[in-house]
Amino acid sequence: MPKQFLKGNVSVVKGAILAGCKAYYGYPITPASEIAHAAALYFPRAGGTFIQAESEIAAINMVYGAASAGLRVMTASSGPGISLKQEGVSYCAGSELPCVIVDIMRGGPGLGNIAPEQSDYNQVVKGGGHGNYKTIVLAPNSVQEMCDLGILAFDLADKYRNPVFILTDGFIGQMMEPVEFPEPIAQEKIPEKSWVVKGTAETSDNVITSIELDPDDLERHNLKLQKKYKIIEEQEVRVEEYHTDDAEIVLIGYGIVSRIIHSVIDELREEGVKAGMLRPITLFPFPKRKISELAERVKFFLTAEMSNGQMVDDVRLAVEGKKPVYFYNRMGGNVPSMKEVHDKVIKIMRLL
Amino acid sequence: MSEAASRGHVVINTEECKGCGLCIEACPPKVLYLSKKFNTHGYHNSAYKGEGCTGCGVCFYACPEPGAITVFKRWDLMTDIRMCPHCREKHKVYSKSTNPDELICTQCLKPINEG
Amino acid sequence: MNKILRKSNVFYDVYERRPGADKLTTTYCPGCGHGILHKLIAEALEDFGVQDRTIFISPVGCSVFAYYYFHTGNVQVAHGRAPAVGTGLKRANPNSIVISYQGDGDLAAIGGLEIINAANRGEGLTVFFVNNAIYGMTGGQMAPTTLIGQITMTTPLGRSVENEGYPIHMSEIIATLEAPVYVERVMLGDTKSIMHTRKAVRKALKIQIEKNGFSFIEVLSACPSGWKMTPIQGEKWVTDTMTKYFPLGVKKDISDTFEGRDFSRKNVEPSELHEVLDIKETRIDAEKIAPFIMKLVAEEIKIAGFGGQGVLSLGTVLSEMGMRHNYEVSWLPSYGPEMRGGTANCSVKISSKKIGSPVVANPTILIAMNRPSLDKFETGVVSGGLIVYDSSLIDRAPTRTDVTVIPIPATKMADELGNTKIANMIIVGALIKYLGIMSQEIVLDSIGDVLKRKELVPLNQKAILKGAEFIKNIK
Repeated sequence: MPKQFLKGNVSVVKGAILAGCKAYYGYPITPASEIAHAAALYFPRAGGTFIQAESEIAAINMVYGAASAGLRVMTASSGPGISLKQEGVSYCAGSELPCVIVDIMRGGPGLGNIAPEQSDYNQVVKGGGHGNYKTIVLAPNSVQEMCDLGILAFDLADKYRNPVFILTDGFIGQMMEPVEFPEPIAQEKIPEKSWVVKGTAETSDNVITSIELDPDDLERHNLKLQKKYKIIEEQEVRVEEYHTDDAEIVLIGYGIVSRIIHSVIDELREEGVKAGMLRPITLFPFPKRKISELAERVKFFLTAEMSNGQMVDDVRLAVEGKKPVYFYNRMGGNVPSMKEVHDKVIKIMRLL
Repeated sequence: MSEAASRGHVVINTEECKGCGLCIEACPPKVLYLSKKFNTHGYHNSAYKGEGCTGCGVCFYACPEPGAITVFKRWDLMTDIRMCPHCREKHKVYSKSTNPDELICTQCLKPINEG
Repeated sequence: MNKILRKSNVFYDVYERRPGADKLTTTYCPGCGHGILHKLIAEALEDFGVQDRTIFISPVGCSVFAYYYFHTGNVQVAHGRAPAVGTGLKRANPNSIVISYQGDGDLAAIGGLEIINAANRGEGLTVFFVNNAIYGMTGGQMAPTTLIGQITMTTPLGRSVENEGYPIHMSEIIATLEAPVYVERVMLGDTKSIMHTRKAVRKALKIQIEKNGFSFIEVLSACPSGWKMTPIQGEKWVTDTMTKYFPLGVKKDISDTFEGRDFSRKNVEPSELHEVLDIKETRIDAEKIAPFIMKLVAEEIKIAGFGGQGVLSLGTVLSEMGMRHNYEVSWLPSYGPEMRGGTANCSVKISSKKIGSPVVANPTILIAMNRPSLDKFETGVVSGGLIVYDSSLIDRAPTRTDVTVIPIPATKMADELGNTKIANMIIVGALIKYLGIMSQEIVLDSIGDVLKRKELVPLNQKAILKGAEFIKNIK
């Protein structure tokens, strides 16, 4: 299989094009800019469209247009840009438009900085825009997964007529690793969309809209959405488990933090500590059931995050007080070191 | 001057008229007026005096409702008269270029081949 | 002109999408200009035979429900964003006829940026900008086009220049841009003006149908409810008062000389994509690498220096070469604009085992290309590790005694080769020779695959050899 050494931010673009993505609309922002650079180079070459939009809001609305027209389409940004896009994400969710949005998280709040953080968890996983909606959220932790989960994102978006986020941090976007690229998806494998508006006689009875003036109609629409999200929760949970089989301690983290935890588990195991890792690959749907099962048999959980504790809330909800859930974090663009996480585990073990 | 003698003819679809009066104001020969009656929405709808229409079409373009006014520019040349099952009267009929087989009553604007 | 003026086929006969009992009339107030403009557009679309190709964008505003009426493709969008959505629609299907129908708050206030930029790109859209100097749908608040002195719910004493500024002239602004083909301000006032608007509507649509050009028609239009006037007073106010602030007329028209735009995309078969995306097989010569990958490797390398020294590419070359020896590799930069021209560093891992964290906190190897880098990272190196530093630029030796230290005058040696920037490749050559975990032959052979500038391959090869030779001599 062709193997290439490249950045996460480039990998996600190549993967998207192999998945049949035909349009990219975006606005530059560090640390996501390489995505726009690669898209500007490769989309036109691959028979797609690239436009550097006038704003993040315009970009997500161009996505809205292209998705309405039935194209596989994507955009990318980082925290401050995602904040701006949230209006459009809500509209895409309301109008049930499939699209892929990449968020390469940086430090916040406000302008913050460009170093990696995980502080967009709430605004992406909980839906930062208005209304009762959910987006599917995939959290790659390697350059390979930037390609693979990127491809999966388009399939899930089409399958559920729903926006899908690729949520990761500046490190995964900026780092380089070898990637094996799959064969391109054949056009006929992309599902036909009968609901789109293409400017043809067959689609001239279609309407893309998120407005339902009558409360009963809008409630019905909301119930339909909730039903869809429930199916997604039942069918699309993805996790990576590392030494959880006999684990007494389970560390939970996603993105770059999971890579650090992975190494910490190796160290702890060498020291005789029965530690394991649970990495949510999907943040929505969140692996509630898996965590709940683990809570029956482990001593405690430690969630490590590069935020003020946004995902740990979901962990606690899943654990339901059955076992202690500890938390270790760094913010501002600092990444927890292996030593810090390791020492935190040891410290908790002494307390118990 | 009788209806048949007028060059043009205007039909007001009473239930689609909101009584704004723009057609009455715009009509050059002043053959439209606001009816004393109410339509089901509660508007005094616009009405045609029944003669004197020149077929200029000004009222059609002045009217904001897509289906409230129909203007037959050469009423005098329309000779096909059929029995309309809706009106239960004989009226002139016309057809749209998109569907020439369907004859439409100029009075009620419904296809006569239906029910 | 048609012999019969009737409801256009472009309108639905019955407005089934409209909730409630009344499915025959529009949701507009009596005397509202929207209905008139709708009729002119529908008539033109029918006459031009493009109903099937048309996509009508309903904005936020009173015309939010335009999709109740128009039997075309319909897309309802967020406030102000119609030109951006239209861009996405049109680029997706360049043969479609896309109409962006917007009010004054939508287009001139919240969506000001979208319209300016769509116009400036010359998107193949036809924009109908209904200017009635008020926010109708939300209950009669001030619009950016509200006239000076005009009373609205949010200017109860009348719009003042001191507080709200002047009414905005969108047509004039759009006309200053190069890409728009046709820009005109018209009105729905007396009969003559309506018939003139009809012409403008048709011309604007024709420009899209025939040449994919951008047109912008500003329509001064009455809002009798918002203005608290009768419909007839409303049209008079448009004619007599609004036109004083908003002069009618063609603001720009290059339709005669405009040659047309082509938004079609290239047709690329999936089978061509790997080539198009520069996805290539990386050659791995199992036989050649065999002698070098015998021992367990777990190097964690920190490379640091100032911007321009090729610190980051030193790291990528080492990683790429590691990959060609079937090692697991990762490369992580210190990134961003504040790094440019300042100090730069990257972390490289080369390992026989799967790499967990790509972060290098305690390097097994430090490559310091300048003094601040040595000062910053020296203490972090693991005991028994290696420090390689550019002795032509760093005026002190490392103080650590528990590590191996190799001073290399890399910059000086690079100068001797005729290019200061090649110092990083001298380090690569030296390190590969010293570690013995990679084949020098493979490195020399594949350096051309890694470098962007192919003309520099011989120079890079020379530098790698020179670095290796340096190690040979001190060993």
